Amino acid sequence: MAKAIQTINLTKKYNGFCAVDSLNISIEEGELFALLGINGAGKTTTIKMLSCLEKPTEGEAWILGNSILTKSQKVKELISVSPQETAIAPNLSVKENLELMCGIYGMDKEQVQKKTKKIIKEFELDEIIDKKARLLSGGWQRRLSIAMALITEPLVLFLDEPTLGLDVIARRELWKSIVKLKGKVTVILTTHYLEEAEKLSDEIGIMSKGKLVAVGTAKQFITETGAENFEEAFVALYERGKVK
Amino acid sequence: MRMIAFASRNFKEIIRDKLNIFFGIGFPVVLLLLLSLIQSNIPIPLFEISNLAPGISIFGLSFFSLFAGMLIAKDRTTSFIYRLFTSPMTESDFIMGYALPVLPIAIFQMLFCYIFSILLGLEISFNILLAILVSIPCAIIFIALGLLCGSLFSDKTVGGVCGALLTNLSAWLSGTWFDLDLVGGGFKFVADLLPFSHGVNAAKSAISGNYSEIFNNLLWTIGYTVVLMIISIIVFKQKMNSNRK
Repeated sequence: MAKAIQTINLTKKYNGFCAVDSLNISIEEGELFALLGINGAGKTTTIKMLSCLEKPTEGEAWILGNSILTKSQKVKELISVSPQETAIAPNLSVKENLELMCGIYGMDKEQVQKKTKKIIKEFELDEIIDKKARLLSGGWQRRLSIAMALITEPLVLFLDEPTLGLDVIARRELWKSIVKLKGKVTVILTTHYLEEAEKLSDEIGIMSKGKLVAVGTAKQFITETGAENFEEAFVALYERGKVK
Repeated sequence: MRMIAFASRNFKEIIRDKLNIFFGIGFPVVLLLLLSLIQSNIPIPLFEISNLAPGISIFGLSFFSLFAGMLIAKDRTTSFIYRLFTSPMTESDFIMGYALPVLPIAIFQMLFCYIFSILLGLEISFNILLAILVSIPCAIIFIALGLLCGSLFSDKTVGGVCGALLTNLSAWLSGTWFDLDLVGGGFKFVADLLPFSHGVNAAKSAISGNYSEIFNNLLWTIGYTVVLMIISIIVFKQKMNSNRK
């Protein structure tokens, strides 16, 4: 199977500070890869580089065979990003926000209608469809923000802490939507919730101080560290990475 | 298509802000009304409706720097722009998407201003349409200044620079409120170097049917339009790229 995402020594430095240090990852098509790490581990910077928002200081990455350095326009047509903070147009209604994303990805009127209808149903947005985005609760805004990332049906999706600030029910609902993507869309998901990574991902990468310190499944991590659960395994691997 | 979708979003963002509607449409009309009342009590040639309407319509355009600048500056602080930067939108999609939707609103504002002036006694003639036409470069000047300020400053600073400084400067140096010849000296010299008085004079000449006077003034405003638009595009592009480094 072709690699959906591949990075070779991907590095980002800011005035000498190394935010991401020689990152090497390889993700198969349709895989859900979770990036775990504490604040400042380099997860968001990695997503920013892979989504062509920031140029790497060193190294290279390819999205479905397209270089993020030389074919960034092509990469942008294939990906979608749901940023850490809610990313919506505040004075537009929910429907207008969704239609805007379709327009920006060059869809015609018929496609816009079809995709909007589909995503409204999938994310159960019917009851708020005509509400201005700025008037929605935080949870609804987040849901809309993620729906806006999915409406373009990307081949590669970056979800940067998608469930941050959501209540338990909303989080579980969103998990269901994310699970449905498995096998069809390649997803990189960053999260602080270990349970989320364990439940949703095919593979987990643990980052510490910009370095990828471990890659595997939650089960593999537990076995490898001899920990009782995933949380303890994560702490052990994180500490190990810190010492390195 | 991408640019149109983005421009449509920006158009909606601007017209759905009630303050924009008040300052863009309401404020010039209030000024027209007040100054016409003064004129009816103490008649002075400067405040005759044929002189006042072109001046106020150009002054009203200065608020469009604020609208465009605020929109860009606010967008720059949100994750929404981060999302758009990761989309297939190109630099020209962004620039045109921000600049284009402001123009029809500016033209509508001028039209509204002149229609209100007709109610206050301005003679209905083809010259009104000509005045609007020759004022379009001025509208683009203010949009370019908005692009420039929105790219460089925070929304608070844009509020100060475009909302206070620029509107006052363009008002004082346009010859709308007082005759620049009466002040003379360095003040008039500076006013003549800037595009505002030329914009007002071009529109006044159009209204009064003094067509030969239009061209000289129009050259100034078109010159400023081209230069400011080029500068604002360069700065906008540089800021966009620096965000991505």
